[in-house]
Amino acid sequence: MAHAQGQQHPIGIYLKIWGLLFVLSTASYLVDYFHFQGYLRWFLIVVFMLLKAGLIVAVFMHMMWERLALMYAIVVPTLLLMVLLGIGALEADYTFFTRSVFFVKGLL
Amino acid sequence: MTQAISTDTVEPLPLAEGVQGIVADWSSDQRAFKNVPWGKAMMWIFLLSDTFIFSSFLISYMTVRMSTTVPWPNPSEVFALTLFGKSIPLILIAIMTFILISSSGTMAMAVKFGYEKNKRMTFVLLLITAALGATFVGMQAFEWSKLIHEGVRPWGNPMGAAQFGSAFFMITGFHGTHVSIGVIFLVIVAIKVLRGDLDHQRPGFLTGRKGSYEIVETMGLYWHFVDLVWVFIFALFYLW
Repeated sequence: MAHAQGQQHPIGIYLKIWGLLFVLSTASYLVDYFHFQGYLRWFLIVVFMLLKAGLIVAVFMHMMWERLALMYAIVVPTLLLMVLLGIGALEADYTFFTRSVFFVKGLL
Repeated sequence: MTQAISTDTVEPLPLAEGVQGIVADWSSDQRAFKNVPWGKAMMWIFLLSDTFIFSSFLISYMTVRMSTTVPWPNPSEVFALTLFGKSIPLILIAIMTFILISSSGTMAMAVKFGYEKNKRMTFVLLLITAALGATFVGMQAFEWSKLIHEGVRPWGNPMGAAQFGSAFFMITGFHGTHVSIGVIFLVIVAIKVLRGDLDHQRPGFLTGRKGSYEIVETMGLYWHFVDLVWVFIFALFYLW
């Protein structure tokens, strides 16, 4: 680390994260392989997905070693997407409801 | 990193007048992202905008899937392959996932060896990353042709809801394009490393800035982002 320029970290941390990503991917594949359904499937898939995303951003993309100014500039706007997600879900529910009423006989 | 990195923008610039002065004053007064090379900060900003593009695709996919009254085709069966006389669900997608994650691993190590000025290892790891990326695109082409052969179109398919095809081709197509562009740039950066462009600080095309091993890290950011997007596509499109 002496006179280090840019991001320099021991190779071990990359290999460990690589292994961890393999384990998490296998786990999410097994969720499908063993036919987990309902909320359990939903929960497991989202948890594995967010863990993998977090590991890639934090370690591979070096975000955990960056200054807060950069971290916040990238991460905080991303959280705004939750609003779009909510709007999409509301709109989809409404569309499904009207389609069920007017287009699908006997669904409701 | 607490130590400030010296850049070529520290000495005061002569003040401009008129409209140019307005632009100069607004843009040169303060440097927000300290300790980060300019190119890396800009790559992060680009990736943020790309995040919004992919999120728009994935959220609209969610919206059409939630609102359709026709049953959604089961991805587990649609993407199953018959290997050794046995039908294995999603196996191709799982292999593609492992390939892309491995390419991210080799990329991270290429960045590390780049900062150590280890030309040979950086070049080899960049080439391995590019090869894994090309393999991924090849498998995606195989998957596309398989689905097209089975009658999946952007406007309909024999398995169920018509929106399946449009969401599939749009999302995986945009992601595959990103991977293909990444492979091309990985090869370009690898050649620059091997030629010693970065050791001799030769400027690249389209820029007057001196070449340095920081571009390997900037390239890495893009490549990890492609992997990151695939994590979301894998979970939300294939496993849902």
